[in-house]
Amino acid sequence: MGPGVAGGLFVGSLALAIVLVYRPFGEYLYRSVTAPAHTRVERTVYRLVGVDPEREQSWGGYARAVLAFSAVSTIALYLFQRVQQHLWLSLGNAAVEPARAWNTAISFVTNTNWQSYSGESTMGHLVQMAGLAVQNFVSAAVGTAVAVAFIRGFARTRTDRLGSFWVDLTRIVLRVLLPVAAPAAVALMAAGVVQNLGAGTDVGTLAGGTQTVTGGPVAGQEAIKQLGTNGGGFYNANSAHPFENPTAWTNWIQLFLVLLIPFCLPRVFGRMVGDKRQGLAIAAVMATLAILSVAAVNAFQLNPSGTVPAAVGAATEGTETRFGVSQSATFAALTTLTSTGAVNSFHDSYTALGGLVPMVNMMLGEVAPGGAGSGLYGMLVLAVITVFVAGLMVGRTPEYVRKKIGAREMTFASLYLLTTPALVLVGTAVAMSCADARAAMANDGPHGLSEVLYAFTSASNNNGSAFAGLGVDTTFYNTALGLCMAFGRFLPIVLVLALAGSLARQHPVPASVGTLPTHRPLFVGMVTGVTVIVVALTFLPALALGPLAEGFR
Amino acid sequence: MNHLLYALRKLNPFVLWRSPVTFVVEVGSAFTTVLAVLRPSVFAWAVTIWLWLTVVFANLAEAVAEGRGKAQADSLRRARRDTTARRLVGDGEEEVPASALRPGDTVVVEAGQIIPGDGDVVEGIASVDESAVTGESAPVIRESGGDRSAVTGGTRVLSDRIVVRITQKPGESFLDRMIALVEGANRQKTPNEIALTILLASLTLVFLLAVATVQPLAIYSAAGRPSTVDGVTLTADGVTGIVLVSLLVCLIPTTIGALLSAIGIAGMDRLVRRNVLAMSGRAVEAAGDVDTLLLDKTGTITLGNRQASDLLPAAGTTAAELAEAAHLSSLADDTPEGRSIVTLASRDTAAVDATYVPFSAQTRMSGVDLPRRSIRKGAASAVLKWVHDNGGSTSEAVRSTVDTIATHGGTPLVVAEHVPGGPARTLGVIHLKDVVKPGMRERFDALRRMGIRTVMITGDNPLTARAIAAEAGVDDFLAEATPEDKLALIRKEQEGGRLVAMTGDGTNDAPALAQADVGVAMNSGTSAAKEAGNMVDLDSDPTKLIEIVAIGKQLLITRGALTTFSVANDIAKYFAIIPAIFAAVYPGLDALNVMRLASPASAVLSAVAFNALVIVALIPLALRGVRYSPGDAASLLRRNLLVFGLGGLVAPFVGIKLIDLVVQFVPGIV
Repeated sequence: MGPGVAGGLFVGSLALAIVLVYRPFGEYLYRSVTAPAHTRVERTVYRLVGVDPEREQSWGGYARAVLAFSAVSTIALYLFQRVQQHLWLSLGNAAVEPARAWNTAISFVTNTNWQSYSGESTMGHLVQMAGLAVQNFVSAAVGTAVAVAFIRGFARTRTDRLGSFWVDLTRIVLRVLLPVAAPAAVALMAAGVVQNLGAGTDVGTLAGGTQTVTGGPVAGQEAIKQLGTNGGGFYNANSAHPFENPTAWTNWIQLFLVLLIPFCLPRVFGRMVGDKRQGLAIAAVMATLAILSVAAVNAFQLNPSGTVPAAVGAATEGTETRFGVSQSATFAALTTLTSTGAVNSFHDSYTALGGLVPMVNMMLGEVAPGGAGSGLYGMLVLAVITVFVAGLMVGRTPEYVRKKIGAREMTFASLYLLTTPALVLVGTAVAMSCADARAAMANDGPHGLSEVLYAFTSASNNNGSAFAGLGVDTTFYNTALGLCMAFGRFLPIVLVLALAGSLARQHPVPASVGTLPTHRPLFVGMVTGVTVIVVALTFLPALALGPLAEGFR
Repeated sequence: MNHLLYALRKLNPFVLWRSPVTFVVEVGSAFTTVLAVLRPSVFAWAVTIWLWLTVVFANLAEAVAEGRGKAQADSLRRARRDTTARRLVGDGEEEVPASALRPGDTVVVEAGQIIPGDGDVVEGIASVDESAVTGESAPVIRESGGDRSAVTGGTRVLSDRIVVRITQKPGESFLDRMIALVEGANRQKTPNEIALTILLASLTLVFLLAVATVQPLAIYSAAGRPSTVDGVTLTADGVTGIVLVSLLVCLIPTTIGALLSAIGIAGMDRLVRRNVLAMSGRAVEAAGDVDTLLLDKTGTITLGNRQASDLLPAAGTTAAELAEAAHLSSLADDTPEGRSIVTLASRDTAAVDATYVPFSAQTRMSGVDLPRRSIRKGAASAVLKWVHDNGGSTSEAVRSTVDTIATHGGTPLVVAEHVPGGPARTLGVIHLKDVVKPGMRERFDALRRMGIRTVMITGDNPLTARAIAAEAGVDDFLAEATPEDKLALIRKEQEGGRLVAMTGDGTNDAPALAQADVGVAMNSGTSAAKEAGNMVDLDSDPTKLIEIVAIGKQLLITRGALTTFSVANDIAKYFAIIPAIFAAVYPGLDALNVMRLASPASAVLSAVAFNALVIVALIPLALRGVRYSPGDAASLLRRNLLVFGLGGLVAPFVGIKLIDLVVQFVPGIV
């Protein structure tokens, strides 16, 4: 079996699995977030934190709750790292220094999981389990909750209530993330992922030296790392590490977990707005972009033009032999299309164009299918923009799923569209003009520029993967990228909630044959086109000087 | 030429900032002018000139659109001569200038005089020449009471004498408002225009960022290969200012930004040309969104009058007998129905010694008394009673004919005769029919394809209404409608989120006109109706609502199409400019120069020139509007996407290449 066929089978089986779970798991998600009754555990949680689960919030209240929760999470995680040397299971690790601790805290709270540290040599088990892994759960739940609140903006009429953030958050953690992550962790353990609280084992190497092999509660963290589209590895080598991702099977399971929630959320959208076709159309846009992207990375990595890769037959540099080039390429594409940022190979070593595609994936705004929740709301904002232009072309005030897109809606949607490109471009430009920041680049020429561009793209879009050549553990990068992560996460969240608030207030517009149909292939094609063109137009100058200059020699 | 001067006057940045895209171009042009002065070169000046032309062309579009309204405003202004009014005070009258009139004053106007202000006729009847306002030369009748009482200042009384109660405040006459409207004096941005401006402004901001942030990247790249920078587009200090501005101007949506206000003005103007005055652009936009049209039956769906269509003789009567009787009884009947009976019966019998019995609301029949016989025709119940009273009997067959006609929406007229000495007998039934105007069914079908529901409003009973509704092909009807019913129907539709359009002329229509999202008042109607609606149709043609909807849609389509075109254009411009700037440093990027443009300088200049010329090329389209044929949304989208999306993608590749073929021979452009 050639690498192309094997890679094709891997992608094909993954796609089939997602198609099969789209309906049942989407339906399960839908019931989880819309069920009227609370479970006993949930009621206990509400009593403990002092929340009345029946009290719904306006968009402003919802946004304040998200921000307050995230602020408290960030501060707690920061302090946790700063005092870890005094805590149980610290394994002798010292306190994390302030810039790095801030960067890591904001990184995990924003679902980015950018890591300027090596997990095994920086963090004790307690911080990993009770700090980072907890954020893996709740940051994913925050994104999903915001997506659900945004859907309510379409589904509800003449109200200013978008639901209760606390209820959404609790339910998504208790009903969705825990029940899926727990068996997934067991499955990963069964396949060889480690799970212990050991401090590490010293082993004699073949060369006669000794090496400390660190263990840890890896499998549990690994499951939620992928399911919550987080991506922060227990080990520095992330999913390339054999204890995190030992076999092709675990590789498959990890990618399935990555795609599960983002791809099934459109079903929730379709169900909540009462038209399943609308959800399917959004899922189709996501799938189209994802398939194109996976195919592109595979094509560039399997048919490289450089001397060495051409001689070997594929761009093998930076890949693990147990996965091979195709599985690595697919992993790179799918983790950058979602906001996962896990890696099982090194993107920095990819061919210029093979490395361009993951960058473009993130520049799309991570919408195909994107992070848990964030992918859906990002894609819906793009659909709103598309509907606005397309709706005009059919001679009506544009409307999307029975809501009019007027000046107020366009203000929020446009600002949303503006946020991450502004962060990426300004961040990159500032870094490229500072001599200090340029000094952190391991390469010069276009590849060095690509490393910086990749870092800011990854942070602003809350991905977390990196072109590893850049030494990012400096005060400048820790601070700047931390700010990009924070603004790149919370500005869009506030904007989509504002948009949801404005949509929920409206009367519904009845559909007629004069209404633009938003469930047909033509519309799917348009949203896909708008997404690609908007990104291409925004980032082409920067890409031309980085990966394109490197690729077209 | 005037337009060009006007366009130049609009370069004032304090005026221009309202259009963010064009404003950015102007600032950029000013910047390149400074650069061109400091370091003059053919390339610098050529680009600078084209950038300024871009701004001028953008203003030109607006100037041309406004110019069309100005001509109309001038002709209206001529009608607004200051006239002298004969104001009634106590028992006498005094002469005051028209500008001194206040609402509530009453004035006398006689044949040959100009009506000094808007108001309602409170006394008398007159024929009025309203051509100054409507352009229609045939005089119209204005009379006190009823729905034809409104008169407009500036129109001329042709006959008789009327007393008018003034309803306008000075300077706020209908004519004043019309002039302001067609001139676009107080033009406000419409909701949709605002939304689009927001999108365009944020796109402009995105491109501003993309272009501004490329500079540090370019400096870094140039520093890596200092020997390769060519100096025209890229120096060791980064991309030259002129090229940066060119890139920015090419990327921001200048085409739609330049044409946006012209599209809006032209949309209003298209309505004015059809003799419809919209009180706001918002109303025109709403017209495009209308979901439900309320149309009055009489005059809109059917011809104003019923026509005789059949003669159905009773048993024992020949068709000829019935025709003769029908003819005789209608000879003196001057109503349109009567005349249509005469035409249908087509006899040449003359009535000798006839005494005509006119129709009255009490008897509900009319007829003729001849020396040897009496003939009656009229409502079935009245005529049958007359037959019965004169000793005749009524046949079941006639009754069933009457019922059949009634259920099919017609009006049955029974004809009977009474020869003295014998019993009266029923001769038969005349079928009077509401005649649906030709072509209405097709128009309603077209509306349905556009997703618009039509509701017929009529005072008829539900049976008749149903039959006519079926014949005309409307979707629904409201029978025995009172003004309150109309208002309730509009409210109900709006509750469901639908936008409603209607026409009306009477004072009792005013609440409904005000409630409707698009209320078109007939110019012949009362001033209350005209105040309540947000459009006035000077031709008083209720079917025009359908055209108004089409114009509203066309307005939105034109905006969407040109936005798509504008953004699609950017792709080709990148392919021109990016390799032009950076191919010197990274020769591999010349692969992006798919148009094989001659040199970096000619590539940049060609892209900028194309960007300016495309505005001029699209001005006619912006003014005329994108062709609109009724159809469902999906097929409209497919067509417009193909023309303006794909067209917008391909056109600049061709255009830039063609310009480059010329520009490369300009001395100094290497």
